[in-house]
Amino acid sequence: MNTPAQLKYTKTDEWFDSASGGMGLTDYAQSQLSDIVFIEILVDVGDQVEAGKPIASVESVKASAEIFAAANGKVTAVNRGLSDKPETLNSDPYGEGWMVKVENGTVGESMDSAAYVKYCEERTH
Amino acid sequence: MNDATPNPKIIEPTIFELSSPGRKGVSMPASDVPEQPMPEKSLLRDDLPLPELAEVDVVRHYMRLSKFNYGVDDGFYPLGSCTMKYNPKINEDTCRLYGYLYTHPLQPIETVQGNLALMYELQEWLKEISGFAAVTLQPAAGAHGEFTGVLIMHAYHKSRKDAKRTKMLIPDAAHGTNPASVGMLGMTIQQIPSDARGNVDLAALKAACDETVVGMMLTNPNTLGLFDENIEQVVKIVHDCGGLMYGDGANLNALLGIVKPGDLGFDIMHFNLHKTFSVPHGGGGPGSGPVGVNSALAEFLPTPLVGMLESGNDDKPPLYGFIEPKKSIGRMKAFHGHFGGGLVRAYTYIAMHGADGLKDIAQYAVLNANYLLARLRATYHVPYDRICMHEFVAEGQFAGSDVRALDIAKRLMDYNFHPPTNYFPLIVHEALMIEPTETENKNTLDAFADALIKIADEAKSQPDLLHDAPKTTRFGRMDEVKAARELVLCCWLPEDYGD
Repeated sequence: MNTPAQLKYTKTDEWFDSASGGMGLTDYAQSQLSDIVFIEILVDVGDQVEAGKPIASVESVKASAEIFAAANGKVTAVNRGLSDKPETLNSDPYGEGWMVKVENGTVGESMDSAAYVKYCEERTH
Repeated sequence: MNDATPNPKIIEPTIFELSSPGRKGVSMPASDVPEQPMPEKSLLRDDLPLPELAEVDVVRHYMRLSKFNYGVDDGFYPLGSCTMKYNPKINEDTCRLYGYLYTHPLQPIETVQGNLALMYELQEWLKEISGFAAVTLQPAAGAHGEFTGVLIMHAYHKSRKDAKRTKMLIPDAAHGTNPASVGMLGMTIQQIPSDARGNVDLAALKAACDETVVGMMLTNPNTLGLFDENIEQVVKIVHDCGGLMYGDGANLNALLGIVKPGDLGFDIMHFNLHKTFSVPHGGGGPGSGPVGVNSALAEFLPTPLVGMLESGNDDKPPLYGFIEPKKSIGRMKAFHGHFGGGLVRAYTYIAMHGADGLKDIAQYAVLNANYLLARLRATYHVPYDRICMHEFVAEGQFAGSDVRALDIAKRLMDYNFHPPTNYFPLIVHEALMIEPTETENKNTLDAFADALIKIADEAKSQPDLLHDAPKTTRFGRMDEVKAARELVLCCWLPEDYGD
């Protein structure tokens, strides 16, 4: 399981990168969902997102899931290309799989990577 | 067991591919009455490319397709939360009685007293079974019943000038239809986690309860097959903040004759006649999702209900007709529900079993599930392992193995069993949700448990057997990712079709 140290993580399995303002779903989440076949991003550039509120919905062959904002902030970019290539969320969840970028984002309730790894391990067993 | 590879050439064409221009199923004689002008062209849809085939071609096409199928009449079908019980064939006789078959919903009530009497009595029986004050038979299926129920809850709060209530509480073990029904009304949804024993987490529920709560939608027993041990407290917490308690009746089979949801404090509930009361399902319908309510909500029910307009006496039968609830949310269906397909079959089933028989159903359903659980818990990890109700959820994964629930489900098909529900509920990893129902005998249950235990061995010794399963079915492993990513949702005609 990949959990880059510079990111913050939510209990609902999203990540936030305070350097780039990007957010998306974690490697753990994509592996639990397995092959992702659909994504709809629910916010637009200029929208104000609020930590814990839905920003996207994804579907895999196993399940559908809501993705919540990991931070508060004003949306500056939306990765619309994901809807044509939802498999990017499986192959590169922290890179090309970013969903939304915000400016001056303030992270909501979150964990660092060590705490998130522990949190995921607790749920697996 | 036959290990033959399925022949990819034996693929049934679509009915459109079998079509040939000008081929017909019937020959009409020359008209011997004056011709009438047809309705305007736009109504006739000339452009609709209906397939053209002879009757025999249609029959053979669907007969071949039907042989690809696996239904509850073929074998064991332990699809959790779907209650795929055997559907007694007497239902097929009763729903084809001419009096039921050849009546029209717009006939004068004097000419359909038998149909109305059946509906009235079914309403009464469902009230008795569930402990509610009134029942509508209109909703077409379970989710339609949920939608009806949420409309009623909304109408109730609105009538009390309590418009700030827009939040529905839904446990993380809920059926996906619950949030979907709520979302269709534009309400918000707050998910309530389950606790370590699989009950509603009371602390989380208390924290979520405020003056904006419409109510809570709870399936009890829940999709883990567990009866909520704190159900009375759950109901009280929701009521104390002014919310209504909605019961998802999908799992009512476990409670028949033992517990009445109305007595537990539920205000409203939908029934699934196509699960609990043996109306066939799984083929896309028709289902039937009546809704029961307590007396405070009765006046909001969809209109019309069937009522007894005049009570009878020794000389005269009662007169049945339609009554309109005072503050009705309106019609939920053009007519009166799925009468022949759903209501007559459910009526037959209840009449055939009687009160004691219904209780037996629940007890055998629970016994069968617990028997399977007892046979399998040493082989498959069951995360919420306590006495279950009508179903239980095991994990389809083993330490040190890359075999997943999907592989186990597919491998079961090689043993001639329909797979259980997998990957639901989401709170169990690699979930296998097993609901045997009351209609299965011990031999069937043992054969199924033996197969699952053998598959667990195979997962360790020959994992590829599982990864490549099924091997003995007409078609092998489907590419679910490709099917979902590369949607082909329209049909097209062969190039040389017509002009």
